Amino acid sequence: MSTTKQKIALPESNSDTKTYWDSAAQGVLLIKRCKSCDQTYFYPRPLCPFCMSDDTEWLKTAGKGTVYSYTFAKRGPNFQIPALITLDEGPAMMSAIVNCELADVNIGQRVKVSFVETEGGGALPVFSPE
Amino acid sequence: MSVDKSAYIAGIYEHPTRKAEGISLAQLHADVARGAIEDAGLSLKDVDGYFCASDAPGIGAMTMAQYLGLNLRYSDSTETGGSSYISHLHHAANAIAAGKCSVALITCADNQVASGKFVGLGGVSWAGVPEVPFEDVYHAGPLSLYGLVAQRHMHEFGTTLEQMAWVKVAASQHAQYNPNALLRDVVSLEEVMASPAVSDPLRRMDCCVMSDGGGAIIVTNSEIAKTLKRPLVKLRGAGEAIKHTNGGRLDITTSAGVVSSAIAFEEAGVSPSDIKYASLYDSFTITVIIQLEDLGFCKKGEGGKFVADGNLISGVGSLPFNTDGGGLCNNHPGNRGGITKILEAVRQARGEAHPAVQVPSCDLVIAHGTGGSLAGYHGSATAILERV
Repeated sequence: MSTTKQKIALPESNSDTKTYWDSAAQGVLLIKRCKSCDQTYFYPRPLCPFCMSDDTEWLKTAGKGTVYSYTFAKRGPNFQIPALITLDEGPAMMSAIVNCELADVNIGQRVKVSFVETEGGGALPVFSPE
Repeated sequence: MSVDKSAYIAGIYEHPTRKAEGISLAQLHADVARGAIEDAGLSLKDVDGYFCASDAPGIGAMTMAQYLGLNLRYSDSTETGGSSYISHLHHAANAIAAGKCSVALITCADNQVASGKFVGLGGVSWAGVPEVPFEDVYHAGPLSLYGLVAQRHMHEFGTTLEQMAWVKVAASQHAQYNPNALLRDVVSLEEVMASPAVSDPLRRMDCCVMSDGGGAIIVTNSEIAKTLKRPLVKLRGAGEAIKHTNGGRLDITTSAGVVSSAIAFEEAGVSPSDIKYASLYDSFTITVIIQLEDLGFCKKGEGGKFVADGNLISGVGSLPFNTDGGGLCNNHPGNRGGITKILEAVRQARGEAHPAVQVPSCDLVIAHGTGGSLAGYHGSATAILERV
């Protein structure tokens, strides 16, 4: 079991992050890219954290990456295998591994995104082995 | 002859409670403040600078200034989680050197265990914090975050569960002599290895205690310090740094302690091999291993080997650490371990640690803190103290 039976509350969004969550609800994982310095970054915010440019855009990811690290959360609120995933587009993000036993998770493992439905019709990106 | 602008730690106090039943948060801060002022041989009216973090009730330093009856010309409420108080020591020393205050009080206290309203990092609100929607929904708090760090450190450097266990074993060896320690029982390597996993690879005994209480410190100038009856403990060097997730370019096995300690060692004009005793932040055993590497006590990746075979045990190993039992066994008020790191370092420098754990000729000590999360953002602060 990787998720609880009850639906997860959709994390709070604001004007900076609404696009990310709207996109997640459509099954697309977005990150941001700075058009000024060409860096991608996570979590999304309007100003680039590498050069402070406001000339940043949303970038649709392929939803693939590798496990940077993982742990086991017996009493986790929603997931039992929290993990940091390095996306192929560059930045790493906090997420969780689902549809996989702890013993089958490894650092460096290839994973792909899927989405867990939340309350209110939203969705959370999670990952499982490719 | 040049004027001595150094700062001296003239008073220290640690509250004996570990579960503050029937004591308000403000009263706890007042108790520790009075203890440190009395230890210094000073009085309330001598204090003209006050330093606190978010564990103090109210707004910055103002609320407690009124409660205590302080007349302040300098205050600072820098917040870097558990390392805040080592930053406060640094800032107090700067203010003293600049003549902006002459007697600085630093307090840390919390009662959230007794209140039954466990809220995490004492006093901090997470409402509106930008990374929270992208992170907290996935994990189970600090346990998860440090589980991620330990897993990655084991992967990158081959650090073992047994090496991590040695950190707890050493802390428990020391805690047996501290009558106020929450966990006084000596634990064996086998017992730590058999401890149940709570956030793989971390086991219960890899984690610090949750406790109430607190501590306080009086920092003053050389002129006043030399009129007092306490041993002279001088701040010889201090440094700070903040590290974060860098837009998602993670490197969670190295802390901001690399930067903060380099600044402190340079200012002090000493090197890690000169240090006789180390107070190291021990939120988790892995935290200690990473800091030993980052502070230069061993090479990166060799922290696990460094702590093995009792190398951190006073009287046994090459670098005695946390001889009060540390956060792993003694005390971690408000989930903020920085103040107790300074307190035990000062006891060692004064020669006032428990005789069973007192390091001989302990004239140069270090206190280092990591506040926040190594997997996310954290503030590192380093202070090098000298008995003069």
